[in-house]
Amino acid sequence: MTGSFASIVSEGLRKAFEAADGSALDAIDDVSFSIPPGTLTAFVGPDGAGKTTLMRMMAGLLTPDVGSLRVLGVDVRRDPQEVQSRISYMPQRFGLYEDLSVQENLDLYADLHGVTPEDRARRFSRLLRMTGLERFTRRPAGNLSGGMKQKLGLACTLVRVPDLLLLDEPSVGVDPLSRRDLWRILAQLIEEEGLSVVVSTAYMDEAERCEQVFVLNQGRLLAQGTPRELRGRAEGLTYVAEPREGMHARELQARLIDARERIADAVPRGGAVRFIRSPESGDADLGDLLHDAIMREQPAELEDAFMLLLREHVAGAGSDAGSPALAVDDGSLPRHARDGGDTVIRVRELVRKFGDFTAVANTSFDVRRGEIFGLLGPNGAGKTTTFRMLCGLLPATSGELDVAGVNLRTARAAARARIGYVAQRFSLYSNLSVRENLEFFAGAYGLRGRTLKRRVGETLERFGLDPSATSGLLPLGYKQRLAMAAGLIHEPDILFLDEPTSGIDPLARRAFWRAITALSQAGVTVVVTTHFMEEAEYCDRIAIQDAGRLLALGTPREVRERAGDGEEADMNRAFISIVEQARANGNDDRAAA
Amino acid sequence: MQRAIAYLVQIAFLCRKEISALLKDPANRLILLGPALIQSMLFGYAATFDLQNVPYALLDQSRGAAAREFVTRLDGTGVFEREATLTSENQIARVIDSRQVLVAITIPADFDERLARGADAQIQVILDGRNSSTAASAAGYLAAVAERYNRSVGSAPPITVVRRAWFNPNLESRWQIMPAMIATLSMIQTLLLAALSVAREREQGTFDQLLVTPPPMQILVGKALPAIGVGLVQSTIVLLIVRFWFGVPMSGSLWLLYLGLLGFTGAAVGIGMSLSAMARNMQQAMLYSFLIILPLTLLSGLLTPVRNMPEVLQLVTYLNPLRFAIDLVRRVYLEGAGLADVAPDFIPMLVVGGVTLPLAAWLFRHRLA
Repeated sequence: MTGSFASIVSEGLRKAFEAADGSALDAIDDVSFSIPPGTLTAFVGPDGAGKTTLMRMMAGLLTPDVGSLRVLGVDVRRDPQEVQSRISYMPQRFGLYEDLSVQENLDLYADLHGVTPEDRARRFSRLLRMTGLERFTRRPAGNLSGGMKQKLGLACTLVRVPDLLLLDEPSVGVDPLSRRDLWRILAQLIEEEGLSVVVSTAYMDEAERCEQVFVLNQGRLLAQGTPRELRGRAEGLTYVAEPREGMHARELQARLIDARERIADAVPRGGAVRFIRSPESGDADLGDLLHDAIMREQPAELEDAFMLLLREHVAGAGSDAGSPALAVDDGSLPRHARDGGDTVIRVRELVRKFGDFTAVANTSFDVRRGEIFGLLGPNGAGKTTTFRMLCGLLPATSGELDVAGVNLRTARAAARARIGYVAQRFSLYSNLSVRENLEFFAGAYGLRGRTLKRRVGETLERFGLDPSATSGLLPLGYKQRLAMAAGLIHEPDILFLDEPTSGIDPLARRAFWRAITALSQAGVTVVVTTHFMEEAEYCDRIAIQDAGRLLALGTPREVRERAGDGEEADMNRAFISIVEQARANGNDDRAAA
Repeated sequence: MQRAIAYLVQIAFLCRKEISALLKDPANRLILLGPALIQSMLFGYAATFDLQNVPYALLDQSRGAAAREFVTRLDGTGVFEREATLTSENQIARVIDSRQVLVAITIPADFDERLARGADAQIQVILDGRNSSTAASAAGYLAAVAERYNRSVGSAPPITVVRRAWFNPNLESRWQIMPAMIATLSMIQTLLLAALSVAREREQGTFDQLLVTPPPMQILVGKALPAIGVGLVQSTIVLLIVRFWFGVPMSGSLWLLYLGLLGFTGAAVGIGMSLSAMARNMQQAMLYSFLIILPLTLLSGLLTPVRNMPEVLQLVTYLNPLRFAIDLVRRVYLEGAGLADVAPDFIPMLVVGGVTLPLAAWLFRHRLA
C-alpha cells in the first residue's frame, strides 16, 4: 500500500441510496483506489455513475456505508471537519450566492475560511486576473454567464491555498470556450502552486489532460490508469470509414451501430464515421457492413477506450440500455412524403427580449422537409428560447416565423396536430403508467376509439416499452423513449426535441440518434437542440448560437470549413473558433456577459 | 358535429388524466378524505362559542341556606364547574391571576339575612377580562341563573322576556358554524388543488407539452371540471358529517344547495387556477393560495358578521365568493330558503367565476415571463 504517501486512499467503499421505488440503489459499489499527492486526477463516467457521491464522500459531506476512505491521511468518517479544513471543494452548481456581487462572494468565502486581510488583497487580485473577472467585481453573481459563474466558483474555492482541490463536474453546461479557459487556469495553478486536484467530468477531452483517470459506471470502478494506458485498450480497433458518394454519414453510422456483435461503437465525425471494432471480430468481418466505404485505421482516443469499457460493462450486466430506442427497418414507421427541398419552417429576423436582456437577436433560418436540423450552443445561448418560439410556447418580440405554413402560437388544433414536441427533461406524468401516458397524449391530439388503441399498441411495441410500468420509476433512458413515443403518437410531420440527450449516458445517446436517423429516413422533419457539439454530425444542417446570436448556419461540413481549422477539426474546435471570430469582431463586452 | 364530438373527447381525456393522476398518488387520496373529515370534526367540537365547564371559585361568607340554594342552581346549569372554594377575599386575586378560574363569586355575609327581610341582596362577581368574550358570556349566564333564582323565591320582575330563536332554537353556535363549513372547507381544498395543478405541470415540464396540443380553453375545462368535482365531493363529506354526525337538521332542498355549491366551487377553482397560472412553481402557488385563503375566510362572515366590519371592508366582501356561499348554504340549510330567496347570492359567485376562469386560460399562454 502506498497509503501514507497518497492524498486519497479508498478501500471497499460503498454507499447506497433509496431509489424512487423504495429499493436500494448502489451509488458507489465496492470502490478501491489510491491517488498519489501532487497529481491531477479525473473520475470520468456518464451521468449517474456515482461521481458526485464519491466527491461528496471525499469532501466529508456524505458518510460511506461500508469501507474506509482516507483523505490527506485523515479518516473522513471519523473526522470530516479536519478534512474540510484542509481541502477546497467546488460543488456542481458552483456554490455561489447569486444575489451577492462577485467581490462580496469572494469576501464571504475569505471570511468563512478566515483568510487574513494581507493575504486577501494579494490572493484576490491574482484570482481575479486569472479568471478575467476584474472588470465585473460589482456585478451580482446571478447575472454572470455560465462560464463566468464557473470561474467565480473556482475563485471562491481558491481564496486560500488548499492541500487538495476537489472539483465536481466543473464544466457541466458551460460553453467550450469557458471549458478551455478553466483548464488553462487549472494548469497554471498546478504548475505554480503544486496543487493536488481531483476532478469529476463527463468529457473525455478533459480526462485526457489528467495524469490519472478512473472510469466509473453505475457505481463500479471499471478501469484506472494514465490516459495513454487506457487508450491502449482500444489500440488497433478504431477506424474511420468514408461513406460512398450520396450516402449520409449518419446512415452508414446507423448500419454499423446496428451490428452490435461486430461493432462496439460508431459515431459520425467530420463527414465520415469513426467506429470501434469489437475485439472479438476481425477486419474481414466488416466488408459487407461497409459496402463501398473506404476504411482507414485510426489511432485510439480515450473516448474509444471509454466506450469499449461501457459496452462491456453494460453487456456484462445484461442490460439493454444500449439497444436502439426504436425498432427500426421493419417498415412499421409511417412514411411521409419526402419530396425534399420545400421549406417547412421559416424564420425571419426573429427577436426575443426579456426586459433589457436580448435572449435571441435577429435570427433567420429555414428548415427543409425531411431534414434533421440542429440548434447548437452552450446553456444560455438562446437555443431554448428560439425553440420555444418555434413551438408557439413563447411569443416573439419581433420577426416572422411560420411552421408548416402557420404560426403555431395562433394555429388551430388541426395545424398543431402536425407537430410533435418532446420537452426538456422528458416531461411525463410520473405517477401514471406508460400506457396511461400514451393514451392521454393520443387523446389530447384527438385520436380516439379503435384508432387510439391500435396506435398505442403499435407505439408500445415499436419503442419496446412495458405498458404497465409507472413512468416516474423508469430509468432515464427509458423515460426519454417514452417521451419520444408520446411526441410521435399522432404521427406528426415535424418533431421538435429540446435537449433530448442531456443527462443520459453515451450509450442511450447513441440509441437516441439511431432512432432519429430512422425517423428521418421515414421522412419526418426533426428539429433538435443540443449542447453536445459533436452531435451536430448527425444533423443535415445546423445553426450555432452564442449569447443570443446566430453565428453559423449550414451543413456540419460547411460550418467546419467556415471555422477554417481544416477538414479534420471536430465540432468543439469549430465552435470555439467561430465564437472567437465573432467575439473578435467587436461586441467583446456583450458576448462576455 | 364531428368537430364538437372531437372537442368533447379531448376534454374527456384531459379530465381522465387529471383524475387518475390525482387518485394514483396515495398521498393525494389521503388529502381528499383526511382534511375534510378531521377539520369538520375539529370545527364541530372545538369551534364553539357555547360555554361549558367554566371554572369558578366560590367565597361563601354567609354560609346560609339561601346561599347554598343559589350555589346548587349554579352547579346544576352544567356551565359552571367549581374549581376552588375560598375562605377569604385576598385569595381571589391568586386564583384569577393563575388562570385557575375564570370567575370568582363572592356571596356576602349578610346575603341570607337581607333576603329574609326582603331587601336587595348582592352577589359580587369578578371575571377574568383577559378573555373578554368568554367572560361576557359567563356574566350573561350568571345573570340568567340569578334571574331564575329570583323568580323561584317570588321576587320575579313584573315582565318576563320569553326568548325563542328561530332556525336554531337553542342558539347553538355549532348550528351556525357547521353549515358554513360545507362551503369553507371545500374551498380551501379546491383552491389549493387548482393552484397546484398548473404549477405542478409547469414544474414537471408537462405543461409545455400540454400547451402544444389542444387549445388553452380545452385545457382549462379539462382541469377545472375535475377540480370542481373534487370540491363537491369535499362538500358532500362535510355535509354528511354535519347532518348525521352532529345531527344538525336540514330544512332546504338538496338540489338548490348543490347548485349553489357548484357556482361557488367554480369561482374557487377559477381563483386557484389563476394563481396557478401566475406562479412559477408549486412553492409559489402554495404561498399565493395561503395568502388569499386567510382574507377570504376572515371577510366571509364565517365567524364575525359582515355588518360589524368597517364600511370599506364590507365593500371588499362583495368580491368574496365565500361570503355569498356561506350565506346561501346557511339559508338553504337552516331556514329552507328557495331559489328566489338566494338568487342574489349567485350573482357575485358567477361573476368571480366568469372572470377568473377565462383569465386563467389567458394566463396559461401570456404569463409574464
